[in-house]
Amino acid sequence: MSHLSPTVPDEIIPVVNELRSAFEHVILEAYSSSGDVFILIQRESLLKVAAELKEVHHFVYLTDVFGIDRYTSDDRFEVVYNLVDLKYGRRIFLKVRCTEENPMVDSVTPIWPNADWAEREVFDMFGIRFEGHPDMRRIYMPEDFAYFPLRKEFPLLGIPGSIDLPATTPDPD
Amino acid sequence: MNHDSLDIVSKSHPTFFKEHQTRLYKSLEDKHTTIEALDSEDPLNSKMILNMGPQHPATHGVLRLVLQLNGESIEKTKLDIGYLHRGVEKIAENKTYQEFMPYTDRMDYLSPYSNNVALCSAVEKIANVEIPDRAQVIRMIGCELARISSHLLWLGTMVMDAGAISFFIWTFREREKIYDIMDQLAGHRFTVSHARIGGVANDITPDAMSLIKEFVQTFPKELKDFHKLLDRNRLFFDRNADAGVLSTDRALALGATGPVLRASGFAYDVRRFTPYLKYDKMEFEVPTRLEGDNLARYYVRMEEMHESIRILRQCLDNLPNGPIRLDNAKKAYPSKDEVYYSMEGMIHDFMMTDTGICPPEGAETYHAVEAPKGELGYYIQSDGTGHPWRLKVNSPSFRNLQVLENILDGEAVADTVLIIGGIDPVMGEADK
Repeated sequence: MSHLSPTVPDEIIPVVNELRSAFEHVILEAYSSSGDVFILIQRESLLKVAAELKEVHHFVYLTDVFGIDRYTSDDRFEVVYNLVDLKYGRRIFLKVRCTEENPMVDSVTPIWPNADWAEREVFDMFGIRFEGHPDMRRIYMPEDFAYFPLRKEFPLLGIPGSIDLPATTPDPD
Repeated sequence: MNHDSLDIVSKSHPTFFKEHQTRLYKSLEDKHTTIEALDSEDPLNSKMILNMGPQHPATHGVLRLVLQLNGESIEKTKLDIGYLHRGVEKIAENKTYQEFMPYTDRMDYLSPYSNNVALCSAVEKIANVEIPDRAQVIRMIGCELARISSHLLWLGTMVMDAGAISFFIWTFREREKIYDIMDQLAGHRFTVSHARIGGVANDITPDAMSLIKEFVQTFPKELKDFHKLLDRNRLFFDRNADAGVLSTDRALALGATGPVLRASGFAYDVRRFTPYLKYDKMEFEVPTRLEGDNLARYYVRMEEMHESIRILRQCLDNLPNGPIRLDNAKKAYPSKDEVYYSMEGMIHDFMMTDTGICPPEGAETYHAVEAPKGELGYYIQSDGTGHPWRLKVNSPSFRNLQVLENILDGEAVADTVLIIGGIDPVMGEADK
């Protein structure tokens, strides 16, 4: 059962309650940890909830999007949206989960344009694709790289030969 | 049929990272395709693709810009980052929290102190560690000095980008003084690694104290001279005004942060928004401008240096006495006196190094500080061991570079260097 501990700032509670009443079965879990509020929602309803948060609850400023590899057999990957409400100064974390077989999440770029690079970073590091993203390319690693480095099975020392580097000696011809 | 008269992809012949280069050029071609269709004919052949960087002195590191030019003006831009990607988030998952801290020095290497504090504060938040008052004030002193140091580097290089070379030397003379202070304060000039989980490594030495006091005394005068040289300088003024304009709405939509956001008219400063350390007890202003151009960014950063000096003065006046690190060997390193002269102390020191602090299992948290470049946040998820399960760095330079990709379109090519200077990115941080 979802719960919010008393350490949560009071002003966040109405947001969670209103979201609960607006989207009854969409919110899977709402909890707080170390004073931050996390809301886990169904993946299919991400855009609806995101739009509601932005339009109704003033969360206009998306500060970050990042992935987490839970390394579990069901719903392996998690995407977290770090949202700031500039009217009342609140911060909320929206989470969605996706499976390893079909790592696909709707892109929030139509709602927060700056999700562009952040989603590319998630794709680069975890291989989670964002549907509707305008420019789904890797951001740090070259396109020729075939792996996703922040997945837990990727070795810390990297995979030898996975990046084709230019020759360090000048061409003979 | 291809509307694009340039057809970059078929003309480029990359020799390595072939797929990467091709996709990058393709992406540049695809940007604003609606505009492209209108001027698909180019009889004078005035269009060209300019690859700038990653090895270019004005890009402040290894930033690569691919610009499509039409004569003198930039039609569209794509940025290519990742040339300094070291995978610190992956490294963090394999290190204890304290072991990871020196890596943060090397992210925003122009203000390492802020980075240390950002990481340690996040760990303290997730592991419920309260740090002593004196340590908090010492951290604030370090952070504000780091802010001045970072802004001085920005000032020197940005003015150099605008064409005034000698200015660089004057700001670096002042930076040198901050390096000397850091040397006395932390034992290192550059990568300081001074913060510790639960406090700081060592107290301010009398030498460091007198250097800081001297700096606080003399620096405002230098700053005044900088103002005198630039504020009414026609060349500097005309060059920066209306360059790289960013409106408030657009700044928020593009996720700008730090001075870039404040110069666009939104007073978002983490020190005020969610105060940490003792910033809620400090008197200071959040400099904000409405113009959103490069000149506004200049004024905001200059005023921030004034405010930093103000905060430093208050810190020095109200420096409380007491311990500089938490006296709880399960949560923080014991003092060296204990380590060298008691068996228990040595065991605790060993345990802290070997296992480190273990936040509760399943706990997750986010803590942000206002670094010189903007909001620097650490998200940590713990699995109950001494290593983070996931550690995410929310780096301000990364976010401001995304702004850069959008504000360069339509500018003159000669202003590129200037606008990069105004955004003030650090690639070590953007590439992680």
